[in-house]
Amino acid sequence: MVKDVRERSIDPASQEMLSIAQRAGIETAWDRFEKQQPQCGFGELGLCCRNCNMGPCRIDPFGEGPVKGVCGATADIMVARNLLRSIAAGAAAHSDHARDVAQTFQLLVDGKAPSYGIKDQAKLERLMKEYGVATPAALAEAILEEFGKQNGPIQFTRRAPAKRQELWQKLGIEPRGIDREIVECMHRTTMGVDNDYVNLVLHGLRTSLADGWGGSMIATELQDVMFGTPTPTFSEANLGVLEPDLVNVIVHGHEPLLSEMIVAAATDPELIERARGQGAAGINVAGICCTGNEVLMRHGVPVAGNFLQQELAVATGAVDAMVVDVQCIMPALGALSGCFHTKFISTSPKAKFPGMTHMEFHEENALQTAKEIVSAAVMNYKNRDPAKVHIPDIKSKCMVGFSVESIVETLGGSLDPLLGAITSGAVRGIGAVVGCNNPKVQQDYGHINLVKELIRNNVLVVNTGCNAQACAKAGLLLPEAADLAGEGLKGVCKALGIPPVLHMGSCVDISRILVAAAAIANALGVDISDLPAAGAAPEWMSEKAVAIGAYVVGSGVFTVLGTVPPILGSQAVAGLLTSGAKDVLGATFAVEPDPMKAAALMIDHIDSQRQKLGI
Amino acid sequence: MKEIFVRLDRCQGCKSCEMACAVQHSASKSLYGAASEKPGPVRRLYVESAEGIRVPLVCRHCEDAPCVAVCRTGAMSQDPIKGVVDRDVTRCVGCWMCAMICPYGVIGQGSERRVAVKCDRCPDMDVPACVDACPAGALVYATQGEFMELMRKAAASKIAREAKGLARA
Repeated sequence: MVKDVRERSIDPASQEMLSIAQRAGIETAWDRFEKQQPQCGFGELGLCCRNCNMGPCRIDPFGEGPVKGVCGATADIMVARNLLRSIAAGAAAHSDHARDVAQTFQLLVDGKAPSYGIKDQAKLERLMKEYGVATPAALAEAILEEFGKQNGPIQFTRRAPAKRQELWQKLGIEPRGIDREIVECMHRTTMGVDNDYVNLVLHGLRTSLADGWGGSMIATELQDVMFGTPTPTFSEANLGVLEPDLVNVIVHGHEPLLSEMIVAAATDPELIERARGQGAAGINVAGICCTGNEVLMRHGVPVAGNFLQQELAVATGAVDAMVVDVQCIMPALGALSGCFHTKFISTSPKAKFPGMTHMEFHEENALQTAKEIVSAAVMNYKNRDPAKVHIPDIKSKCMVGFSVESIVETLGGSLDPLLGAITSGAVRGIGAVVGCNNPKVQQDYGHINLVKELIRNNVLVVNTGCNAQACAKAGLLLPEAADLAGEGLKGVCKALGIPPVLHMGSCVDISRILVAAAAIANALGVDISDLPAAGAAPEWMSEKAVAIGAYVVGSGVFTVLGTVPPILGSQAVAGLLTSGAKDVLGATFAVEPDPMKAAALMIDHIDSQRQKLGI
Repeated sequence: MKEIFVRLDRCQGCKSCEMACAVQHSASKSLYGAASEKPGPVRRLYVESAEGIRVPLVCRHCEDAPCVAVCRTGAMSQDPIKGVVDRDVTRCVGCWMCAMICPYGVIGQGSERRVAVKCDRCPDMDVPACVDACPAGALVYATQGEFMELMRKAAASKIAREAKGLARA
């Protein structure tokens, strides 16, 4: 059956490739999503439990059938346990990424990872001071200890405003160690342990804080030390960044440990010469998902697309190698690559896929492996079938690279101009918009409409992940996009020469947003929950987004979710997260699929915060 | 005339049909809305388990239906053309004659009132909600002739496969 591609995405490049894919009989996530309909209602409501083999158990949401699992777990218990497991998985993903980065940093300072270097000495020194250590080796050890700590504190939690730290301590949710909290999630949710939904949710918050102010923040900071703290730079985004006469290498996944080396290898004169020998004009590296964001932020490497475009990129027939590491990589890429000449190269011992070529990547000889990978792409160029190549002539320019440090520098050395603009009302507040794509939402519809509505109402937007890539494709990351903003925000952007939407990086870089929020709160002498700020994840799908949502709310930021989390089977848990948390954390979740209504919720919240602050 | 047929071997017991049925007969007609309705909506078909097999049971809308025959108030009636047995809630007095005579036990009770609740084959939908929701193809909405053709073809391929296997052996 012919599908209307315009219903699947608002991105013209995606629409074009979806039409091509449809004609060629290529299956995509959107097709598989349709084949999954109707999706299981028990799963959607969070009312199924597979945690022990007396089950699987389900609870009838209508109260007619079973209201308890075999063990006696009620809907509240089941929903809370399932939520906790999602948070554990999300926190594990970010934190295991951080562990890899920290171990690489340790190898580097021990002289065992010659491919890497120190790119931000000043940040390294700041971190050593923060940790109270004298040498990089001691810093590496201290940071690696964060994972195995038993009784905390995780050093970076000390960056939160004092009021927030006291609140966490009072609630008993200050994280004690990154791995400990994740392990305890699994313990608590196994048969017969924690069966109090409030207690479960509180531990979920603690685990998520170990992610946001632990794993994610460690990843961001050490990546900055090793690869450089991003500064504003220009680049391009969308499938049109693929080049017909260049060897196209896509880096997809999440860890810059690999993509940084691929970017370096692609500039190797010998490999460029080899590419010429194969009939190509050179080598082109482009990114997808957050590993793409990492090299975009630091090197201006173009972005081929966000999460739902990974298959469409291969379908252009112009990708000579799809190089992946970990997270958000669809196993469908294997079979799809088989329809083209594309080499699907997996690199992590943790992440193997059907149909892959595995070229395992190790920190000790990283650049060498990267060169071998790029070489494999170069040698694959001649296998391209010109009849199958179709690259949409669609791409947008973007301005990226807004780390906290570079924002402060843009502002002239302190946050004062921004605080002034917020106080005067020129900038109404700050909206943090993050998260994935999800075929439940027309691709980028939620992202773009929410962001446009926010800036139109003078809300300065900071973003990361797939939202940032959606905005890059839509031209919202350009200083000229200030024309779409309300008068106040427009004036501020024009004066500073910045876009109204600031790309702060990858998903682990949401930790940058936490650092910025803490700095603003400290400057105003208030808690984060007092700020005129709100968060949103309009198209989220990953468990990582669940952990992010939890630590953002746990840090005091009201957050709107665009797709419904599997918690509505328990009115108690849903009520706790959407209203009860207000009195405890000073922040709640809201669920609103309509981006315009979501923007209105965020703006209302910002206005009421302004009123409370008397500004 | 299309009817709801069951392919027993295909049922996975996920009860998606039950849930879709309840949602379709809720006030909001949406899962998330129905989950918070008080009283909750009532399903009209039932996935039972017997002898280790999952058996979805749905009103057979029998010809000369016994539930219609025993109904004392005229609440239960059968559409002479479509053959659908439905009940008029305004006439039902909850005497349960229908429930006692139904050989499949598919007469339920309203969540608010003591009245009979049964499959109405989703008059507003092209395909009944339960059939639409079945992820395993265990429920089939077809005429008796179409269903038999489906089953014959399935039987024929099974026989053919076995015959080929025997020939090779």
